Amino acid sequence: MVRELTLSRIRQGLREKEFSSREVTQAYLDRIEELDPRLNSFTQSFREAAMAAADAADERIARGEARPLEGVPIAHKDLLATVEGRTTCASKMLEDYRSPFDATVVERLAAAGAVVVGKTNLDEFAMGSSNETSYFGPVRNPWNTETVPGGSSGGSGAAVAARLCAGATGTDTGGSIRQPAALCGVTGLKPTYGRCSRYGLVAFASSLDQPGPMAPTAEDCAHMLGAMAGHDERDSTSVDRPVDDYPGALEGDLSGKVIGVPAEFFTEGLAPDVERAVRAALDQYRELGAEVREIHLPHYPYAIPTYQVISAAEASSNLARFDGVRYTHRTVEPENLVDMYESTRAEGFGAEVQRRIMVGTFVLSAGYYDAYYLKAQKVRTRIRDDFAKAFEEVDLIAGPTSPTAAFGIGEKAADPIAMYLSDLYTTAANLAGVPGISFPCGFSEGGLPVGMHLMANFFREDLLLNAAHRYQQATDWHTRIPEGF
Amino acid sequence: MEFEPVIGLEVHAQLSTKSKLFCGCSTQYGAEANTQTCPVCLGMPGTLPVLNREAVRMAVMMGLAVEAEVRPRSVFARKNYFYPDLPKGYQTSQYELPLIEHGRLRTEPEDGEPKVVGITRIHMEEDAGKSLHEGFGEGVTAIDLNRTGTPLIEIVSEPDMRSPQEAVAYLKKLHSIVRYLEICDGNMQEGSFRCDANVSIRPMGSEEFGTRTELKNLNSFRNVERAITFEMARQQEVLEDGGHITQETRLWDADKGETRSMRTKEEANDYRYFPCPDLLPLDVPETLVEEARGSLPELPDAKRERFMTEFGLKDYDASVLTTSRELAGYYERVVATGADAKLAANWTMVELLGALNKDGRDITESPISAENLGVLVQRIEDETISGKIAKQVFEPMYAEGIDPDTVIEREGLKQITDTSAIEAVVDEVIGENEGQVQQYLDGKDKVLGFFVGQVMKKTGGKANPQQVNQIVKEKLDARKG
Repeated sequence: MVRELTLSRIRQGLREKEFSSREVTQAYLDRIEELDPRLNSFTQSFREAAMAAADAADERIARGEARPLEGVPIAHKDLLATVEGRTTCASKMLEDYRSPFDATVVERLAAAGAVVVGKTNLDEFAMGSSNETSYFGPVRNPWNTETVPGGSSGGSGAAVAARLCAGATGTDTGGSIRQPAALCGVTGLKPTYGRCSRYGLVAFASSLDQPGPMAPTAEDCAHMLGAMAGHDERDSTSVDRPVDDYPGALEGDLSGKVIGVPAEFFTEGLAPDVERAVRAALDQYRELGAEVREIHLPHYPYAIPTYQVISAAEASSNLARFDGVRYTHRTVEPENLVDMYESTRAEGFGAEVQRRIMVGTFVLSAGYYDAYYLKAQKVRTRIRDDFAKAFEEVDLIAGPTSPTAAFGIGEKAADPIAMYLSDLYTTAANLAGVPGISFPCGFSEGGLPVGMHLMANFFREDLLLNAAHRYQQATDWHTRIPEGF
Repeated sequence: MEFEPVIGLEVHAQLSTKSKLFCGCSTQYGAEANTQTCPVCLGMPGTLPVLNREAVRMAVMMGLAVEAEVRPRSVFARKNYFYPDLPKGYQTSQYELPLIEHGRLRTEPEDGEPKVVGITRIHMEEDAGKSLHEGFGEGVTAIDLNRTGTPLIEIVSEPDMRSPQEAVAYLKKLHSIVRYLEICDGNMQEGSFRCDANVSIRPMGSEEFGTRTELKNLNSFRNVERAITFEMARQQEVLEDGGHITQETRLWDADKGETRSMRTKEEANDYRYFPCPDLLPLDVPETLVEEARGSLPELPDAKRERFMTEFGLKDYDASVLTTSRELAGYYERVVATGADAKLAANWTMVELLGALNKDGRDITESPISAENLGVLVQRIEDETISGKIAKQVFEPMYAEGIDPDTVIEREGLKQITDTSAIEAVVDEVIGENEGQVQQYLDGKDKVLGFFVGQVMKKTGGKANPQQVNQIVKEKLDARKG
């Protein structure tokens, strides 16, 4: 029953008592049980807790006390701390870790009435663009299970695409919500840095990380974001500013809106079928009344190396706490303290995580700080300045989300540089802190979804959701569901 | 060759906030291990720091107290290193842009001239936990993280000190200031106030600095002096033997009275400092600085000046009486009873502090209240007792905590000022010592003292000495005819 329904439709159906939360929650849990073995998109599901929450939600609905997401079954990326179940970060290091607290966004979605059916798989500690670095094995793309779902929120992307939950949280450090949203054919939004609290999001790169929603449609994301966003006293970098009415902003007219398309986006790395789909989407926007014009983001080509330096530097520090002293994996019978650290970390972290820790340690070390870390911070400022300048002229910046549609499992696993380029179009938004959204805008020649990427100025999530929603009203790409799921 | 030392101190003072620097956990000392911890100070995955504004206010007060500049924008950095009692794998500290810079402190070495020592910087940071190596079996280390995240300020001096005594004077002055400000309890035993010393020596008259060593584990004023003295001699011996000093960290062993190598610079950590991305730059608004300025108490230097002008005290006395806020307050309360300020200073410093020192007590533990000491001083002034008798009154006051009038009454120590009573005793003494009378009549004036002494003896020291002197002389001179 839930296969054809969007989050918004379920939300509405619950309120109008077309069906109960117990029914839809049960349906999703059954789908997870039946279909997820083919995808590996969940690290765990919470049948008992979810059913109890669903019953409680049904009671609230019966009493006429429904909250914004009352009874809506969602999943959380397993990088977000939850008291329920384990918080694994898809790492051997945290295989059995139980968090004593809920992440703020987890708390807020619960306070809005959402029911949590489970936690989704990801690249280990969110480091990866294909979901192949998970300690629990790769996630498969429901459009073609021989391909990757993207990463690092690939579990959330695949789970939403296969309708194993109505929506899911993701986290985005360099494109980790938007790129898997594109590869899985769903809608994913990375909010402005500071819009959603990072408290309880296990840090990868603190100055870039931001949690956000993933769901079938922009309207769905608007409902989720409304519940997730807002100031949090526990996160000093969360911004104290009123939360906009995102669902209320969906319908606005696009006429008069200016969409900038950076010339820098259309380079040789861009797959022709992706370019075709994106250009067609731009035509659609013209039809919707927007003006599309070419702009320039001259420092865009430096986004990937800048991101690699800064994110690795912060990661090397953020992951130092996983030392085997207090919790989680510890090597057996170490020879001494140093051996305990070294063996614990060598055993507990996968190859990609170790690679980034080493790069980060290097770029922060005394002799190289200025040449790498400091230089990267300067480039970051330039990239931010480019955006500031662009947003003086345009309301939105558009382009492809990912240079290609989903690639084969194992195809880029041995080539980290090729893998890093999957985030070519998304990382700059994290470096600048501006919000971005990805939504389906067509299919590749191989029948895989293609994502359209929009970015807006700080705190203009309303514009992004509005523009994506208008597009989704005029098209039906977002309604396609992978066969067999 | 004669050498002089170049000494700089790094002092860590634990701020007396109720809660930790980045979370709400209590900072109370001595609780059961790991009971004052939360996910944030344990560095659990997903946690984030939130800065304690009260700690910032205290640090700003310290900056103002040493005439330093408060940076409108400072930055917290991460200092990365692995240690079992460091839960996050980094310490959040300030590095390139500290909260406070460019201060100065006037110090008064005990056997030297007052001196101004430069303060390079004061920055804020969090403390680490404690590793416990004993009581858990062979090779087992336990960790207590109660102290983790406790707010500290690190006060870094210029290398301005030229003797162990100057270093101690500087440290004592800092200690006094943090206590005046009530931003640190100053307890060196519990580690709330601790010090590392950077020491090098150079040939007298040389401008260049020698290679320095950093001395750790100096947990008392006495150990600071001893460790620096030892290290100076050690370095001199190395140089005189033709060796060279290795830049290294050395641990002071108070039991053995020596420093020994902990680690050399070659194996020193690369801390990979970088701005902490979880905390925004610390903006200190002018209003906070003004608020801190407004809450500054009168500080030792200002108090010393005032004691000199208001009470006519000498620099040294005023300095001693202002070493602590409590002592200065005590003294002021003694004077407030109406007691003579100079006499009160003497009695506070010499008698009371002497007795307290002997017992290892603090002024706050004085069994004699300021009011009672004030009355005692007044009894000397109004000639109820002599200064000498006052010492006899002081003892039971100190031992029993009672007021001076009770002691005087109980022990019958009231001074005899009744002229006729004194005359009677003088007559008695003259009558009993004809030989000495004759000596006086023969011109030996010195013998006058003998008569005075005898009178005082007969009166148990209670007769007013001036009156006795006068009467003895009158009576003897009358014999001359």
